[in-house]
This record gives sequence, structure tokens and C-alpha cells, in this order.
Amino acid sequence: MNPSVKVEEISKPADPLSHVDPRDLPILPKPYDDAEKIPAWKPLSDKAKGEYESSLDDTIALSIRKPASKEEEERLIRQFLDGLEKLFSRENNWTFLQPMTLSMENCAKCQTCAEACHIYEMSGHNEIYRPTYRAEVLRRLYYKYLKPGGALFSKWLHGDIELNWTTIARLAELSYRCNLCRRCAQTCPLGLDNGLITHDLRKLFSQEMGIYAKELHDNGSMLQLRVGSSTGMNPLVVKDNIEFIDEDTSERTGIPIQTPWDVEGADVLLIHNAGEIMAWPENHGAFATIFEAAGIRWTLSSESQEALGYDNINYGLFYDDVMLAKVAVKHAKAAKKLGVKKIVLGECGHAHKALTVIADRVLTGELNIPRESAMALLKEIVFSGKIKFDPSRNDFPVTLHDPCNMVRLMGIVQPQREILQLLCPQFREMTPHGVDNYCCGGGSGFAIMSGHNFEDWRMHVSGRKKMEQILHAFHDELDPSIRKYVCAPCSNCKGQMRDLIKYYDMWNQCGISYGGLVELIVNAMADAQPGYIEWGLF
Amino acid sequence: MSTTVVLYLITYLAMAAFVLAVAARFVKIFRMPLHLRWELYPVAHEMGNKAKYGGSKLEEVDWWTKEEGKSRINELKAMIPEMTFLVLLYEQNRKLWYRSFPFHFGLYILSGMLALLGLGAVCELYGVTIAAAGTSVGSVIYYLTKLAAIAGLFLASFGAVGLLQMRLGDANLRGYTSPATIFNLLFFLLVFIVAWLTLLFADPTFDLTRAYVQNLLTFNLSAPVGSALLGLEILLAVVLIAYIPMTHMAHFFLKWFTWHKIRWDDEPNRIGGAIEQKIIEQVQYPVSWSAPHINADGKKNWLDIATEEIEKK
Ligand code: SF4
Ligand code: SF4
Repeated sequence: MNPSVKVEEISKPADPLSHVDPRDLPILPKPYDDAEKIPAWKPLSDKAKGEYESSLDDTIALSIRKPASKEEEERLIRQFLDGLEKLFSRENNWTFLQPMTLSMENCAKCQTCAEACHIYEMSGHNEIYRPTYRAEVLRRLYYKYLKPGGALFSKWLHGDIELNWTTIARLAELSYRCNLCRRCAQTCPLGLDNGLITHDLRKLFSQEMGIYAKELHDNGSMLQLRVGSSTGMNPLVVKDNIEFIDEDTSERTGIPIQTPWDVEGADVLLIHNAGEIMAWPENHGAFATIFEAAGIRWTLSSESQEALGYDNINYGLFYDDVMLAKVAVKHAKAAKKLGVKKIVLGECGHAHKALTVIADRVLTGELNIPRESAMALLKEIVFSGKIKFDPSRNDFPVTLHDPCNMVRLMGIVQPQREILQLLCPQFREMTPHGVDNYCCGGGSGFAIMSGHNFEDWRMHVSGRKKMEQILHAFHDELDPSIRKYVCAPCSNCKGQMRDLIKYYDMWNQCGISYGGLVELIVNAMADAQPGYIEWGLF
Repeated sequence: MSTTVVLYLITYLAMAAFVLAVAARFVKIFRMPLHLRWELYPVAHEMGNKAKYGGSKLEEVDWWTKEEGKSRINELKAMIPEMTFLVLLYEQNRKLWYRSFPFHFGLYILSGMLALLGLGAVCELYGVTIAAAGTSVGSVIYYLTKLAAIAGLFLASFGAVGLLQMRLGDANLRGYTSPATIFNLLFFLLVFIVAWLTLLFADPTFDLTRAYVQNLLTFNLSAPVGSALLGLEILLAVVLIAYIPMTHMAHFFLKWFTWHKIRWDDEPNRIGGAIEQKIIEQVQYPVSWSAPHINADGKKNWLDIATEEIEKK
């Protein structure tokens, strides 16, 4: 690692700008305290290094092809400058112009935000991951190229920066070394937001230059808009899968369920992250069991074209306002078509935030259909007395991960806790928790990004703080014979948990497993056969 | 034109520049389009305990049917300590707070001192003598002005030296410190040093300064300042005051936006409401982003683009 890399060095040749050496990273708690025994970091292949821009650190998130000629580089630089201008125009960025301008123009460079960032801290304080590093690069470019007199005064006023293709390529990669968790923003004494700056940088790259993570765009938003879901499931496949889940769940619980489809006028349209249906079928099974037992008038929607009814993901939230708007409108249309009273979002944090909060100022008129968190509805059901529970079935250590999008960014903090406090006798909090939580390291789309050796970076750097928190939460019971459960009521976070547990072999070494909230609820239902939770399926 | 007249004119100009710069930056930000919601919890106006643990109305079933309660008391409970004592900085960056708090608090007290000088000048116009041995009102204003000057200058100078030392010495800040940042702190220090000298050697009773304020108020531009040192201090101070809102130091009022219009802006969009009206206007803005998947041409607006089908391969 280069501990003193300066902001202006982003444009200077160095391969890479800063190394990420696993030996520089803070030591993890036992049993991972021996750096030699934790999985090795796979180096980038020579082929990848030859084809793609990789001069930032030791990984690649975006696979940006190297420009073939000087002319192409020049064209890309001009395109970047056009995008920068659009980012600060009313017409092209009305969505975030005010907060972006405030964050650009008022930073006191006090670095109070730095220590709040898990990536900066757990990279061993690698300078390029400091929350203000990428913000400062953008700030200097903003003053130099967009402000009157920038060429003359900005160096003196704001510091030096040179704009060349290296700067742009590194900045693009750097915008994907942040989880957009906004923990740093919470600590800024001036209310500024380096998470937002990163978010808008990603937008500049996507909306102007067509540079994005293919997992989020091609295999995410675009696939979803084409077939109905980023999983690739069309309505036939999804219905087939749900039928199978219904059968399997009924068998496991002894409570017959049949998921209702396309019920007009239902009280609740439940929309899952469709990843649940593929990777965690027990999650939908549990929702269906709970809703049926509580007598909820609910439905799923099989809309996949003019409307999007069965996959609540909206990856535009992470990189592109246009994609965000396209998908949000289609989600609302699915509810409008059925005439349901409200949309309930399943266990997916980013979908919660995208549709409830962000799209709140996108959806107007009859598309403004009420949206509600599953956490709120589940709490009401659990405490309604409609279902009998036997908490002793959940008598194992449980801790709760707070998905940033749902908790810090929406204020949905208590419902899930109250459920766990009631149903899990050995529930314990992580430190810190609630709105002060740390991101799982998979936020902003990272959980589905594993190209090249990006997974190594995600496991060693961005996921390291969560790993430490989990081990601390269970520190007195790390014996693998004691089964432990990390409750993560969010599909993306669950994806990251699954990867962390596998990567570090945490099930075999520590007895740590993971899952959602609804699985714990069904596991404690007195009328269901015991043992809904299946352990150690890695 | 005499030097004295020039000084008076510069003072008026600087005050006008300050007001205009504050107004211009405020209006520029204020008139920006309504942005998408980007709140960050805890949101201080949430009711009851929610403000403390960071909860929101979204924790409730059918939240849109519930009364939209906002607690102004909770909001003040967060705002007043933050504005006065920089609580967030105290919690998150103690080392900096030891320097930044005295600096800011000193500036607050010095602003109070300016108000007291104005009050004293007005009182004198009405025949109240402002002096140690004056009437009870006169002597209270006299001592309060002096106390505010000494306390404010002491704290602000201590803070400025501390901030400068940290800017130059702390490896964490060095790479993010531009020449202008150092210049700003040196500028403050210069104003404070000349202020100390004026206080000690030129105008310990503030009689000259008060007379200067009175002349400003009565447009008596030919009256002498009475001390070259005081004249220098006035010149430096008013230029600094005019300069502040043109820099990032405008955060002293722009912070209102970052809290009230962003972090705490959780106002839901209601059908037929003012927010909806603004959105309907803003989705008419033309889009000219160039990436192929946006499919914009500078004429299509946000509504067209957001509702356009993508090409299905
Ligand atoms: S974003 Fe805020 S906390 Fe971070 S350096 Fe700037 S002013 Fe300080
Ligand atoms: S948003 Fe989160 S990941 Fe990004 S810089 Fe801030 S704290 Fe770090």
C-alpha cells in the first residue's frame, strides 16, 4: 500500500496507484487472527491487466477496455467533461443537483468522515479509499473545469489536478470502491455526503459514457426490463418455482399453502427480490406461511412487460437515475393494474429504499400507490396474537444485521428488533447497530459483483468490518458445535453473508449460519412442524 | 477623497458585499429543483423516541394514513446544541473540536460584540453615555462590549492558532489542505492580532470604535477614525467579513440546507400536493445524457425517457 498517495497523483502513471496488500489489513478476531490461514487473494491475470483498466488498485470492478488510440482517449476525456457539466445542470440532474452542489462547494476537508468508513478503516487506512479522496478528485475537476476562472485559480483555491484518461479510468473504478452506505455522511459536521458524490459519479459514468458494472446494468436493470426479472425468470418460470416452493414448504411445516397470483383488489401486493425465489426459496415459503396464517388478503403479480410485478430489485438506485425511474414506474404499474391497496416490499433493503423513498418523488397521480416495508407488517402480525409462537424453538444465538438502505436511510429500525426480542431468547445486538450499523460490504451492488478477483476485495476489504462485528457478537460461543444465526433481512446483504461465510468457512470453523427474518418467525410457529431453518447448507 | 472617507466607503461596500454574497448563494441553492428524497436517520423532527434511535414513520403499518406528526421540540433539541457547541464534531473528531469549537464560539461572541457596539452607538445618539462610570445601562453595555471582545478574541485566536497548527502538522489533513485554506486561517489570525493590538494600545475603552459605528449609522463620513491601528483593523475585518460567504466558509448558513432540505427532508409526496406539482413540472425538463441506453436527444423529457420501453432483443 502507498500510505501517502496524494489526490493529484490519480493522474500520474503508477501501476497501480495503491496496492491492497492483505498483510496491511487489520487482523480479524479469532479464529481468523492468523493472516496466513485466511484465504489468499487471487492476483489479477495478465490477460485482464492487458485488456482492462486496472491501474487503481489490485482489482477490477468495471472491466473498462483500454482505449485503442490517443484519439479515443481524447474523445473519452471530452465525453467526461460533457458529463461533468450535465451533472451540475438543472435539466439533466434535477434529481440531485441541490445536495450535490452543497457537498461539492462546502467541504471543510476536516476528515471527520474518514474514520466512519469501514472500507477506509479495514483497508488499513489505504488513502485512495478515504471517503474524501474520490470526492476531492471530483471537486478539483469541478472547480477547474466548470467554474469561471478555474484554470487560473482553482489550483490555489482547491488544489492541483490534471485531467487525463488515467484520471477518468481510475475515478470510474474508484466509484465502485464505496458501498454508498452513507455512514460517513452521518458524521459530517456540515451535513455533506461523500456517498452521494460517489453515487453521482457513477451516474456520470453510466448516463454519459455508458460505463457501469455489467452485473448491475446488462444482467440487472436491462435484463429485468426485458424479461421481468434480473434472475432471467419469465412469468412461467417464476410461477413454476413458486408452485414448487409452496409444495415443499407445506410439507416442511405441515401447514398447507398456495400462493395467490394476480388477485385483483388484494390488500397487499408482495414483491420479493426475485433472487430469494431462486437462491433462498424458504424465504418466500415463510412469507406465504405467515400471511396465510394471519389471514392477509395478499397476492403476487406475474407482470413482466408493461409492468414489473415479481422482482422488486431496482439497481438503478446504485448507478443510474434513468434506469431507476424506468423500473420504479413499472413496479407501480403492476400494483395499479391489480388495483391493490398497497405494495409490501419483501426482505430487500435497496428495493425498500428505491421504491418507497427515492421513487416517492418520481411517482405521481395514480402511480403513487402506498408502499410499505414487510418489517412493519410482520411486526403487526407477530404481535397481533393471530399466530401462536414457541420461542424455545429459536433458542440459539441470533444477531441482527441492519441493512443500510432500510435502517440508516429509511429509519426502519425497531420492528425487526421487537420480533427478534420476542421470538429469539438468545438475541444479541452487534456493536454498533441500528442507524450506526456498518454495511455488510455487499452494498451498492457489490454483493452480485464477483468478476476477476473483485470477490477477494469484497471479502478482504469491504466485508471485513461486518466479519469482525459478527465474530464479536458471537465471541463467547464460537465453538462450531453451537449453531448461530445472523439474521439479515435483505437479499443483497444475505448474498454478502453467504459469500463471507463460504469464503472464510465460517460454518465449519465457527458454526455461523445466516438467513432472513421470516424464516425465524416460521421456525417459532407453534402450529408448524419444528425445524424450518435448515443449517449449514453451504 | 480622504483616507477616512475611503475607509467608510469600503466598510459600506464590504457590508453590502457580505449581504449580497449570502443572499446570492442562498437564493442559488434555494431555487434549485426539488431533489429526490435523500434523508439520513436519525431525523430530528421524528416524534418521541424515534428521534433518538433513528426511527421513522415508515416503521408503522399504513404509515400514509397516520397523522404526519413533526416534533419541533425534538428538532430544536438537536439543532441548538449542534449550532452552539458543534456536538457532532465533539462526538466524531474530538481533536479537531478542541480547536474548532473555540474558534467558532469566539466568532459568535465577536458577532455579539459587534451588536453591542451598534447598540452602544445608538444609545449614545440618544444621550446615554457608554462608559465605565456612565449610567447603569451605559456601564453595562461598556463592560459587556469589553468582555465580549476579550473573551471572543481569546477563544477565536486560540482556535485559529490550533487549526493552523493542525492543518500544517496533521498528516491526515495535509494532503487536503490547499494554499487558500492556509491563507484563510492566516487572514483570520492577522485580523485577531491587529484587534488585540488595537484593544491594548489604541482603543481600550472602545470609544473610538463606537464613534466609528455611530458615524457609519449617521453617514458622518468626514469624522476622523482617531487611530491608524483601529483604521487598519476596521479595514482588515470588513474585508474578511465580505470574503467569508464567497468561500466554503459559507457553511455557516448553508448548513441549514444540508440539514433541513436533505438529511431531514422526509416530506412524502401526496397526490394533488405541492411536491407532486413540482415533480410534474420537473419531469418536463429535457434530457441530453449521451449514453446509448438513455436514448435521449435533448428534446425528449424525463417523463418520455422514464416511460419509454427499452429495445427488447
Ligand atoms: S465531507 Fe464533511 S466530514 Fe468529510 S472532510 Fe468534508 S466537511 Fe469534513
Ligand atoms: S458511503 Fe460508506 S463506503 Fe462509501 S465512503 Fe462513505 S462510509 Fe465509506
